[in-house]
Amino acid sequence: MDSNHDKQIQSLLCYRYTIGQCGTGEKIERKSIESSIAMPQELKLILKHADEPGYGPDIGCYLKHGGYETLKKALKAPGRELPDGKKLSAQEAFRGDVRTSGLRGRGGAGFSAGLKWSFVDRSSGKPIYLICNADESEPGTFKDRQILHKDPHQLIEGMVLSCWANDVKLAYIYIRGEFPEGARLLNRALAEAREKEFLGKNILGTGYDLEIWVHRGAGAYICGEETGLIESLEGKRAYPRIKPPYFPAVLGLYLCPTIVNNVETLCHVKHIAAMGPAEFARLGTPNNTGTRIVSLSGDVQHPGYFEVEVGKVTIGELIFHENFGRGLKPGRQLKAVIPGGSSSKVLKAGEVFSLKRKGADGQMIPVDVPMLDLPYDFDSLQSAGTMSGSGAVIVMDDSRSMVDALANLAEFYAHESCGQCTPCREGALWMAKGLHRLTHGGGRKEDAAYLTHIAQNIQGRTICAFGEAAAWPVLSFVEKFWEEFQARGEADAAARTEAGSGANSNLKPYSYA
Amino acid sequence: MSFVIPKNLEAELDELATHYPVKRSASLMFLHALQEHFGFISNDAAEWTAGKLGLQPIHVYELITFYPMFRQEPIGRTQVKVCRTLSCALAGAAGIREHFCRKLGLDPHAHVPQTTPDGRFTVEFVECLAACGSAPVVLVNESLHECVGKGQADEILARGK
Repeated sequence: MDSNHDKQIQSLLCYRYTIGQCGTGEKIERKSIESSIAMPQELKLILKHADEPGYGPDIGCYLKHGGYETLKKALKAPGRELPDGKKLSAQEAFRGDVRTSGLRGRGGAGFSAGLKWSFVDRSSGKPIYLICNADESEPGTFKDRQILHKDPHQLIEGMVLSCWANDVKLAYIYIRGEFPEGARLLNRALAEAREKEFLGKNILGTGYDLEIWVHRGAGAYICGEETGLIESLEGKRAYPRIKPPYFPAVLGLYLCPTIVNNVETLCHVKHIAAMGPAEFARLGTPNNTGTRIVSLSGDVQHPGYFEVEVGKVTIGELIFHENFGRGLKPGRQLKAVIPGGSSSKVLKAGEVFSLKRKGADGQMIPVDVPMLDLPYDFDSLQSAGTMSGSGAVIVMDDSRSMVDALANLAEFYAHESCGQCTPCREGALWMAKGLHRLTHGGGRKEDAAYLTHIAQNIQGRTICAFGEAAAWPVLSFVEKFWEEFQARGEADAAARTEAGSGANSNLKPYSYA
Repeated sequence: MSFVIPKNLEAELDELATHYPVKRSASLMFLHALQEHFGFISNDAAEWTAGKLGLQPIHVYELITFYPMFRQEPIGRTQVKVCRTLSCALAGAAGIREHFCRKLGLDPHAHVPQTTPDGRFTVEFVECLAACGSAPVVLVNESLHECVGKGQADEILARGK
């Protein structure tokens, strides 16, 4: 390549990525400068070191890579004076930074993290708690696992910063029960951090006290719902609380103001402190800032987790590009994509969506965007009628039956419904039973309509969003693959008529315990 | 009550209870520790926990019957949890579970946890284990096995206690 071209690329990268380097050794690198313009690829902020050979979860390794430098700097930062003369404490200023960074929650809802913090009731006189939601259990998602197992100190640094900014003295990491190794590693990392005075009494001599404890879940998906998680942490069944009045920011753990943030979100807080909010916001796309870790699974050649700038990579690139999924199995065609964890509505191959885009004159104009060209971000997927949720993409090729796939998911939701609200407890089970029948030779012509009817009667009628999570896969699968569901039911009905019996006597009853 | 708890375990639990401003919060962590030690949570263990945390026994029983990881009966020494959720299902998890069952003389179609008569193995289907990129996955006691084929399944059985 000629050196002029090389220079051009480097200056472009300098502009985009190196201006914001700060004194903490935080440096952002592309895998290869040369290909960064032409090719969509990873940009590793959180997972920068995690998979490097020799990088371990111990504090020595973290410190060697500049760990806890951001915390040291932040705790010593002076307050800030605004142009209007208003003085902010260092904590207030940092809370503002998290808000202006545009960071959106990486757990599923994609809500502004800074706004969530701003809802905290600071006038009640009650203690404020922070809980790290490490109950990673949305089917398809395996990103937090990488952080917890490979770089626990990064999470702890992010948590200490977040706790400091919000005057939190006691925080918990709620980790799912099926991560025993993760819990052990976290406990060890917390002990190491205490020993080095990054945690405990009088952190780094600043007079700030904070304790963080690990709390293990025990196999219930509903604990990922923040109010369910709080109930579980209080030692009860994880029955989600009704909002209002139980907004965690006001009436959370022990009815005190509480912040619940996802593992990845809390790690980003550390990077916002290190880079500054403006630099963080330069990553990704407007209103979809920073990077996020995408979990890719299902029928691709190269499944795995990929940290990308939000909105800089399309769904098609995630599935087909050399740097990500590397395409489908030989001879296969794409059939469907679940874009944001099993609760998100399915996308059908060939779908085209009308999205609003800024035209040359600055006006918003509708543009047709094929499904594979949807940028993988919060807003585009929402405009396409689904969500990027927890960042989990599950790919299905044309060898797959959508009826079987939905039956699998329905069984999950039937098992995981906490049982508190009747429409969800009964409805999730009815849907699972209906789909069990449909996948075991007992289908009926009317089953597609029956499933839709039940799902419609669950969504919007439950205390928490689990109702929608259970209903949306059913609604979207059945609507978008109507003929397949219809055909399965009709084939079963025809087979029974031929055999001269109304019911399928071979059908085993639904028996999932 | 004839229930006896080793002194060091009790000390460990007493320390755990200090992590929370409200003692009831410690109940899940107590149950994990007790299950780890005794292999399951007996009625005596549940009632001991209630007494220790100042709760009614129902407050503990309602947890044991809600959270799937807690069990009230002993199981096999090697617990084989096969993930059954979508990504693992697409990668052949049902066949792996069936393979385990057939090798161990268990009913390959039963959905509930099954234990071999010699008490060595318990095989069950569980929901998403959050390792979908290396499906199908199997959690054997506390260690995760990824991209499990029949060969690896046989190795798991050979190594089973």
